[in-house]
Amino acid sequence: MIVPLLQTSGLTMRFDGVTAVDAVDFTLGEVELRCLIGPNGAGKSTFFKMLTGQLKPSAGAIKFRGHDITGAKTHEIARRGVGIKTQVPNVFNGLSVHENIFVAAARTHSPNRARAMVDEVLTRTGLTDIAWRTVGQLAHGQRQWVEIGAVLAQEPDLILLDEPAAGMTYDEVVRTSELIREINRTRALIVVEHDMQFVRMIAKTVTVFNQGRVLVEDNVDAVLTNQTVRDVYLGKRAA
Amino acid sequence: MKPRPAWPGLCAVLAAMLVVMFGLPLVTGLFGLVQATVFIAMAVLALSQGFIWGYGGIMSFGQSAFFGLGGYTYAVAVMNMGDSTIPFFLSILLPAAFAALLGYFMFYGRISDAYVGVITLTVTVILFNVVNSTAGDVYHIGNAPLGGFNGMPSVPPLNMPGDPSSPLDPQQLYYVCMGLLVLVYLMLHLILASKFGRVVVAIRENETRAMLLGYDPRLYKLLVFAIGGGIAGLAGCLFTNWGGFISPTVFGLSQSAQIIIFVLVGGLGTLVGPILGAVAIEYLITVIGSQQTFNADLILGVVLVAFVLLVPQGVVPVLRGMTLRVFSQRRVAALPEAKPVRP
Amino acid sequence: MALAALIGFNVLNSIAALVLLSIGLGVIFGMMKIINLAHGEFLMLGAYATVITTNAGLNLFFAMLVVAPLFVGAVGLIVERGIIRFLYGRMIDTMLATWGLSLFLVGIITTIFGTTVKGVAAPFGGFAIGRYQASAYSVFMIVMAAAVLLGIWATLRFTRFGLIARATMQNPDMAAALGVSPPRIYMATFVLGAALTGLAGGVLVPVSGVAPTMGAAYIARAFITVIGGGAAIITGSGLASALFGFIDQVVTFQTTPVFGEVALLISALVMIRILPQGITGRFFRRSL
Repeated sequence: MIVPLLQTSGLTMRFDGVTAVDAVDFTLGEVELRCLIGPNGAGKSTFFKMLTGQLKPSAGAIKFRGHDITGAKTHEIARRGVGIKTQVPNVFNGLSVHENIFVAAARTHSPNRARAMVDEVLTRTGLTDIAWRTVGQLAHGQRQWVEIGAVLAQEPDLILLDEPAAGMTYDEVVRTSELIREINRTRALIVVEHDMQFVRMIAKTVTVFNQGRVLVEDNVDAVLTNQTVRDVYLGKRAA
Repeated sequence: MKPRPAWPGLCAVLAAMLVVMFGLPLVTGLFGLVQATVFIAMAVLALSQGFIWGYGGIMSFGQSAFFGLGGYTYAVAVMNMGDSTIPFFLSILLPAAFAALLGYFMFYGRISDAYVGVITLTVTVILFNVVNSTAGDVYHIGNAPLGGFNGMPSVPPLNMPGDPSSPLDPQQLYYVCMGLLVLVYLMLHLILASKFGRVVVAIRENETRAMLLGYDPRLYKLLVFAIGGGIAGLAGCLFTNWGGFISPTVFGLSQSAQIIIFVLVGGLGTLVGPILGAVAIEYLITVIGSQQTFNADLILGVVLVAFVLLVPQGVVPVLRGMTLRVFSQRRVAALPEAKPVRP
Repeated sequence: MALAALIGFNVLNSIAALVLLSIGLGVIFGMMKIINLAHGEFLMLGAYATVITTNAGLNLFFAMLVVAPLFVGAVGLIVERGIIRFLYGRMIDTMLATWGLSLFLVGIITTIFGTTVKGVAAPFGGFAIGRYQASAYSVFMIVMAAAVLLGIWATLRFTRFGLIARATMQNPDMAAALGVSPPRIYMATFVLGAALTGLAGGVLVPVSGVAPTMGAAYIARAFITVIGGGAAIITGSGLASALFGFIDQVVTFQTTPVFGEVALLISALVMIRILPQGITGRFFRRSL
C-alpha cells in the first residue's frame, strides 16, 4: 500500500459562518502534477493556506507522506518539504533577487553550496541578468519567478503554485509552463490557475473546486469539455 | 550589476574610529575625554537599538530597561564582589537573559509590532517605578543599597582584570569604552554578514516568506532581542563607570525616548548612523543643559516629532542617498512600516 | 466580614480607577488602532487644568467635570489636526510622534509651572465599613466610572454619531463610500478620547499628587488594560479593568502599589502569550 504524498480527509475551513472549504478529500501522488481550477471564491487559496499551515483547519486532517500535519506551524510544514508560491507574491522586497534565493537555499546548505544552488536556480528561472536588482522594483511577472526560484531553492517535495502565470505576457507564460514541466520531472506540484491556455499547456489531471467542494476530478480534456464545469464558470471564457 | 562589497566601507569606518580613539587624547584634555566617554556609552546604547530596530525590525521602545539593568547590575555586583571582572560580564549577561525572557513572551505570543513597542515601554516605566521606590535601608542587595530615587553613589569603577587595587583612571576608561565601541560595531557587522544576520534581515522584510522557507521567526527575533539587551546592558555598565553613579532616571521615559531619537536622527538601517546620532543628540542635550530657558524634554520632543514628520529615515541615509554609497551595499528600507494597520 | 467588604470595596475602586484611566486610550485605540503615547500627559493636563482653576476659586467638580475635559479635548483637537492627521495608517510613526508630544508636554508644563507637586484635598471625607475607614471619594469614582462606561455605550448604541463611528471602525472604506468622512470621524474620536482622559485626570486629582511627570505613574496600567482588553471599546476596557483591577488590588494589599503594577505586567505578559489580541480578540469579538 503506497502512502500518497499528500492526502486530505474531510478538510474544512469555516470563517465566522462562511464555509470556505467544505469536507474536501484530496489525494496526490509522488511527482504528480495536479491543476486546481474553479471560479473565484471556490476555496482554492484557502485550501492551499491550510496545506502550508497559514490557516488552521476547522475540521479534517492533512497527511504528508503519512505524517499528520494538520494545524502544524508553517515553518515546520515547510521543513517537511512543502513549498508555496502564494497568490499575492511573498518575497523579500528590499533585498536583491540573489539574496532572496540565497536565504531560501541557505537553510539546508553551507554558504558555498547555497551560492552554487542560487546560480543554478537563477539559470533555470532565467533570472541571471537581473540577479542584483531589488525585487521590490521588478515587474509582477519577474517577481513571480523570483518567488518560484526561492521555492525551488528550498528543494521541496511538494510545490504549491497559486496563480503562477498571473500578470505574465504570453512568452512568459510559455516559459513558466516549460519550467513547471521541468520541475515536475523530480517533484510534485499543485498549480492553481485561472488562465486556461496555461492550464492546457501543463495539465494532466485537473481538480475543479466550486463553493468549497471538489466538483469534478478528471483528466484535462474531460474537465474542460464538461458541461457542469462550464456552467460553473458561466460568464468566463474557457479559452 | 553586482553591488560593491561591504568591506571597504567597514574598514573606512573602523579606521576613522581608531583615529578618534588614539587621536582624541592628543587634541583634548582630560575633561574632553571624560565628556567623550559618556558619548561613547550612548553610542553603544544606540547601536543596540539600531541593530534590533533597523535590521531586526523589532520596535523596542524600552531599551532603557536593559541599559538601566546593566548599570544597576554592575553597581550592585561590584559593591558586593570588590573585583569588577565578574560584574562587568554580569552587566551584559543579566540584561540579555531578561531580554530573552521578555522576548519569549512577546515573540512567541506573536504580538504585533506596535504591541512590542508598548510593552517594552511599559516594562521600562514599571522598572522605573519599582527602582524609584527603593529608598530606605531595607532595600539593599547584599552590601549595595538601592537608594530609590536618590540612586546609588560612589560606585567603584572598573579595575584591571583580577586586580581590585588598580582601578581605571578616566583616560584608561576612555580607551576601554572606545575599544568596546569598536568591538561591538565590528561584532554587529560580522553578525549581519553571517547567515544568521541575513535571515534576520529577511525576516524583517517578509516574515511570512521566511516562515514558508522553514525559518522560525520567533526564535530569530528572540535572539536578536537578547543580543540587543546585552549590548544595552554593556552601555549601562560603561555609563555607571563614567559617572560613578546610577539612578532610576536611566529607566525613565526621557532616556528611552532619547535612544529612539539617536537612531531616528542618525539613520535607521545603518550601524554608523546611530553612533553619529547618539553623539549629536548627547551634545545637544549637554548644550541645552547649560542654559535655562528651554527644558531638555521639550526640545527632544520637538526633535522627535519633527523627524517623524519630515525625515523619517534619518540623516545618514539621506546624505548617503545624495553622495556615493560608501558604507554598505545592503540598501535597507526606511521605517519598516508596510504592514497593515492591525493591533 | 467587614474586612471582606473593605477589600471588595477597594477592588471596585481599583477597577473604577482603571476604567477611568484607560477609557480615553481605549476609544482612540478602538477607532484608529493607535496607542497614544501622550496619554499620560493628557491625564496630566486634565489634572493641571483642574488644580489651577480650583485654586483660583472655581468649584472643584465644575473644574474636573467640565473644564478639564474641554481643555484637554481642545488640546486633542490641535494635536490631531497638527500631527496625527499626517500619519494616518502609519502606526509606528504615530506612536513615535505621540511620544515626542508627550516629552514636549512634560517639558512645557515643567517650564511654566516648575516641578513642585500641587494638590487638592479629597472631598466628602470618609465613612465606615465595620471598623475600617473607607474614602467616600472612592464611591464618587466608582459612580463616575460607571457613568462614563454607560455614557459611551449609550452614545455608540443609540446616537447617529455612535453608529457612524462603529461603521468607520469596522470598515473605513465602506463608510467613506456611504458619505462619511473617516478623517473627520478620526478627528472627533481623538478629541473625545482626549476629553475623556482629561476628565480622568481631573477626577484623579484628589487622590494623586499633581506634577508634570505624573503621567508615568499611570500609563503602565492604562496601556496594559487597553492591550489586554483588545479592540472592543466597552467590553474590552470593562473586562480588562475588572480583571487587572482585581489582580492589582490583591497584590497591592499584600505588598505595595508598585508591586501591584509588576503583577499587572506579569499578568499581561502571560495573557498576551495566550491571547495575543487581548480578551476581546477572542471572546465577545463583535461587541461594542
